[in-house]
Amino acid sequence: MTASVLVQPALVLIVGGLLLPLLKGRLRGALIVIAPLVALALAWQVPDGEALRISYLGFALTPVRGDALSRLFAVTFAAMAFAGGVFALNQKRSVELAAAYCYAGSAIGAAFAGDLITLFIFWEAMAIASTLIVWSAGTTARGAGMRYAIIHLLGGVLLMAGIAGEIAASGTTAFQPLALDSVPRWLILSAFLLNAGTPPLSAWLPDAYPEASWSGMVFLSAFTTKAAIYVLIRGFAGTELLIPVGLFMACYGIVYAALENDMRRLLAYSLVNQIGFMIVGIGIGTEMALNGAATHAVASVFYQALLIMTAGAVLFVTGKRRFTDIGGLARTMPLTAACCVVGALSIASFPLASGFISKTMISEAAGQEGLAIVWYLLAAASAGVVLHAGMRYPWLAFFGKEQTPPSTDPPWSMRIAMLLLAALSIGIGVAPQYLYALLPYPVDYTPYTGAHVVFYVQLLLFAALAFVLMRRWLPPAEAITLDIDWLYRRLGPAVAAAGLRAADRISGRIAESARQAASASVKAIEALHGPGGILARTWPTGRMAFWATVMLGAYLILFYL
Amino acid sequence: MRWVNFDGKSAGRPAIVAFAALLTLAALADFLVAHHPHFGLDGTFGFAAWFGFAGCVVFVALARLVAAILRRPDGAYDS
Repeated sequence: MTASVLVQPALVLIVGGLLLPLLKGRLRGALIVIAPLVALALAWQVPDGEALRISYLGFALTPVRGDALSRLFAVTFAAMAFAGGVFALNQKRSVELAAAYCYAGSAIGAAFAGDLITLFIFWEAMAIASTLIVWSAGTTARGAGMRYAIIHLLGGVLLMAGIAGEIAASGTTAFQPLALDSVPRWLILSAFLLNAGTPPLSAWLPDAYPEASWSGMVFLSAFTTKAAIYVLIRGFAGTELLIPVGLFMACYGIVYAALENDMRRLLAYSLVNQIGFMIVGIGIGTEMALNGAATHAVASVFYQALLIMTAGAVLFVTGKRRFTDIGGLARTMPLTAACCVVGALSIASFPLASGFISKTMISEAAGQEGLAIVWYLLAAASAGVVLHAGMRYPWLAFFGKEQTPPSTDPPWSMRIAMLLLAALSIGIGVAPQYLYALLPYPVDYTPYTGAHVVFYVQLLLFAALAFVLMRRWLPPAEAITLDIDWLYRRLGPAVAAAGLRAADRISGRIAESARQAASASVKAIEALHGPGGILARTWPTGRMAFWATVMLGAYLILFYL
Repeated sequence: MRWVNFDGKSAGRPAIVAFAALLTLAALADFLVAHHPHFGLDGTFGFAAWFGFAGCVVFVALARLVAAILRRPDGAYDS
């Protein structure tokens, strides 16, 4: 390894992304394929320790700081950019892929950020680039993209305030583990959790992601939430609050995904469900739990993207995304269906698929720490995965009753990307030692023991039985389930409108009484001075002379008194 | 066998028999391995089997409850 880095790996993808709209044809294709691979190679070679230091505005910045954890996430992000780039090769909208590469590059930059200011810059770049991805899907995504942008700008404000407070209090810009003992640190944690898709501000995820294009959602699913997991591992490992938060996310994701009619929204909720597992691991905070959270983040980047690619392929080919419009697609899209099954097995943690070697590590850590309730809930949530991406999604889209719109497997570039991620998911599941070697702590865990395998096979098969027997209670229906975003999409505007109406009424009433008062005084003046008013009347000369005489007489009397 | 009715079409006896056999084998596999329970309940026979099933029943019930309260027709946000 070299002692320092010559090029920040993030810049390769960001510059590559900015160049993409200028290129056409083969050159564009070559850049799409090569840029992530170069970034991957550079990220792999970042040495341990601070590899780049600069001074900016009087602050010492460390744009590149390497260790096992940051390399693991950066390499994963670069690999995901490659798979997503191949999948999106025939995406006609040039803005989307340019934004996606800037987005992936920023995620890599955040993974290597050694100080809070660098982290903030890449954090905001991710927010902007991902908003552009949502918007590039066209007019239907405008509203969701705007809501997404506003929520993430709020997150940026929280992070900015937190970082400013942290630097003022500690005097250092370094990004170190943060104990939850001051307001700025709470602000930083809430900004991180917002990006991880944690309730109460979680609804942006199932709201915005499914509105992106068939290729856009693949990128969106991979970077924002996983970069949040990375910074939580780095900054807030062992924060106990995260355990109940993660458990809630795992269960909430299942319940909402199980009700979804839109396959892409189902997958968005399944993403929240999986992130819940990681957050529980971070909250437990032991070396095994953190290893588990990191492995699960890596494994889930790939299988989640794989599942979203299969849904993207269906959307690309049929233009449909609701279960009420599709079904039985395995007949016409066999390869997509097979990849979907691989993704489903991986997310369900079936032995020999990637989730099995990662999620089980988090459960094992909970068991070793004696956290009974956590362990039982994680087991239940592992079973619950069959109610969404584990079984419900493949069943309804590919194997359910046939109502196939005309369809075939998608073009070769999309097929290659899906096959790549399917191979990766199985590869990680079959030979976990290569991934384990990249983890931040030494791994003292054997996933393939007889007891583990039997446990998960039983758990998942009987969960599958439960799904088969009870799927009538979770039928696809042309309906939506209200989420937290109802508060700002319906209640907020309604309250604002009611407030405006009330203000209107009050100001109307004030204006009305002012008008009445004004017209009353006008009338009073008119009564005195108007035509026929007492002061405007023409008085006869005789009366004038009479009153003048009276006045003079009164004066005379007063003079003598 | 109306209860395993694959969306209007019978899955056929072979599929049902195969699935049932698989479930039985999985449950019986508990005899072959030594589990290392962390707590009390997880050491019971076929724990993962009944717990996985029960977990899903609870999640379906929760989903039905949420649906009863928060389900709205498509396009509820469009108006």
